Amino acid sequence: MIWLTWRQFRVQLAAVGGAITVMLLFLAYTAGGLPDFDDQFLAAFKSDALLGAVYTAGVAVVLCVPAIVGVFWGAPLVARELEAGTHRLVWTQTVTRTRWLATKLAVTGLAAMAATGLLSLILNWWSHSLDQAINAGQKQNGLFGVSRIAPPLFEARGITPIAYTAFALALGVAIGIVVRRVVPAMAITLALFVTVQIVMPVFVREHLGASSATTVITPRNMMGMMASINPNGEAAGEVHDLTVEFEKPGAWLIANQTIDRNGEAHRALPSWFARCVPAHAAAVGRAPFSPQEAAACFQRAKDEGYRQRIRFMPASRYWTLQAIESAIFLALAALLAGASFWWLRNRVT
Amino acid sequence: MTPVLRTDALTKSFGRKRALAECTLDVPAGRVVGLVGPNGAGKSTLLNLAVGMLTPTSGTIEVFGEAPASGMPKVGFVAQDTPTYANLSVDDHLRLGEHLNPGWDHALADARMERLGLDRAQKARKLSGGQRAQLALTLGLAKRPELLILDEPVASLDPLARREFLGDLMEAVAEHELSVILSSHLVSDLERACDHLIVLVDSRVQLAGDMDVLLATHHRLTGPRRDSLPEEFDVVAATHSDRQSSLVVRTDTPIYDPNWTVTQLSLEDIVLAYMGRRANAAQPRTLEAVR
Repeated sequence: MIWLTWRQFRVQLAAVGGAITVMLLFLAYTAGGLPDFDDQFLAAFKSDALLGAVYTAGVAVVLCVPAIVGVFWGAPLVARELEAGTHRLVWTQTVTRTRWLATKLAVTGLAAMAATGLLSLILNWWSHSLDQAINAGQKQNGLFGVSRIAPPLFEARGITPIAYTAFALALGVAIGIVVRRVVPAMAITLALFVTVQIVMPVFVREHLGASSATTVITPRNMMGMMASINPNGEAAGEVHDLTVEFEKPGAWLIANQTIDRNGEAHRALPSWFARCVPAHAAAVGRAPFSPQEAAACFQRAKDEGYRQRIRFMPASRYWTLQAIESAIFLALAALLAGASFWWLRNRVT
Repeated sequence: MTPVLRTDALTKSFGRKRALAECTLDVPAGRVVGLVGPNGAGKSTLLNLAVGMLTPTSGTIEVFGEAPASGMPKVGFVAQDTPTYANLSVDDHLRLGEHLNPGWDHALADARMERLGLDRAQKARKLSGGQRAQLALTLGLAKRPELLILDEPVASLDPLARREFLGDLMEAVAEHELSVILSSHLVSDLERACDHLIVLVDSRVQLAGDMDVLLATHHRLTGPRRDSLPEEFDVVAATHSDRQSSLVVRTDTPIYDPNWTVTQLSLEDIVLAYMGRRANAAQPRTLEAVR
């Protein structure tokens, strides 16, 4: 059965394996050109266009591999046999449906997880200094300034890609078994997997043990806000999106929001907040209000119980969070595989 | 001796449609069984139940005394339209058979390939219908099953390929002492090959028995028109013209009534009589002649 699985699978394996090998070669080729680590590492890294391109491509490939595996390996795995009728040929050899699916899943799954794991491992090794620089507080705009714990890097680095790949494969197989036709199964798999890939970082991951810190808003820690001032210097309309400084290198900032005395966050703040001009803005003389007015405003905010709440995932939680998310997706993959076996035994005729 | 196939009130429904209803059969070992019936009669359903591709809605089915399941070593199956892996070569199919069947008969497979003259490197998608059917049959035979089930193996073949395929099958059956169940919607396909016949019409078994017994117990009676059917035989079909009645009857006893002229029936006549019976049963049964 392993022989047959291999014989049917080798072209798809070669296609994905080839793409991953090319990526690995790029990483190996450029690894020698990485700057030595120092406190200017990130700036040096960014100034090298090739390194930036390779890193971006590496992240993109790891993000795409699970979807590709789910769509091109998972969905057709059983659906193609059901569509062509070859399941009637193979299930009447001396091999049960269960062993047939188990072998196919095991061979494909191990290959997929090994391929993603290898790529992710090499990318991790390659970007070791980059992570170190970001965790040490070096800053850059764009992808090179994103910590590995923040989306979209979190799902492209570490061990989560392996779990995502297992999940995508199991999802594709299960959908293929239920839908029984290759192309619709591929389309549904892609749609569902991309949905999961978006829902997880946007709605779910922050509930996996984020930290929370609350501070008083001061002229010094305030970064900015959105407010409208009318021509005669009065605050008009809503004041919103007030943010304060967040100094946790390498952390994933989830929320930076103002809460009232009851601890509730509102989108709009009272209009008098417009006078709370942060110190750095006052220093450049762009503030329409006097320093006294600003000081009074900050005092009022404090007296009325307004504070800033910051929710974040500290850099130190990286591997714990990786382990939790991997466990979730491996469990989902196991669940889908179990459902596939059940469906194949009981519902496929 | 355990019957190769035994069913009891076997019923299979797909949604609200009954594909097979209350089918009770007992197929003895060592026979070449022809399963005949019009398209959609439930032949494929019965055969797929027998190899464990389907599970019964109700009733029981046993193959060699056990409930059928996928991967039975004693049962070979050549499915309808003889599916093969389009991208795999002939040789790959043989290796597939070798890897998936502990009892794989190398010599048999090689000898058949030799005789059929198939190009082993050819992809299955490039084979003709007849060649594909032969490849599927080779897989079924080289597994060395005790029962080989073939679902309309010749339906898509031209008359010459049909004859070759069936001849080939019979040769293999004689050589390896297989039991065979073979379905077709054409009696002529089965007439030469089979020694046991099952007629399936409208999802029900209409007739089952050894071919020689069926031929010996069915007769056509022709005689002066009668409006009442004779009580002493089982009348399968009756047609009446102005003056004459013609009956197909089943009886174990000799017919002495001198009013009847008794003639031999061909297998096709018998099968058609049973197929017609089902269709007529749907209408009110009347002996009124069409004038």
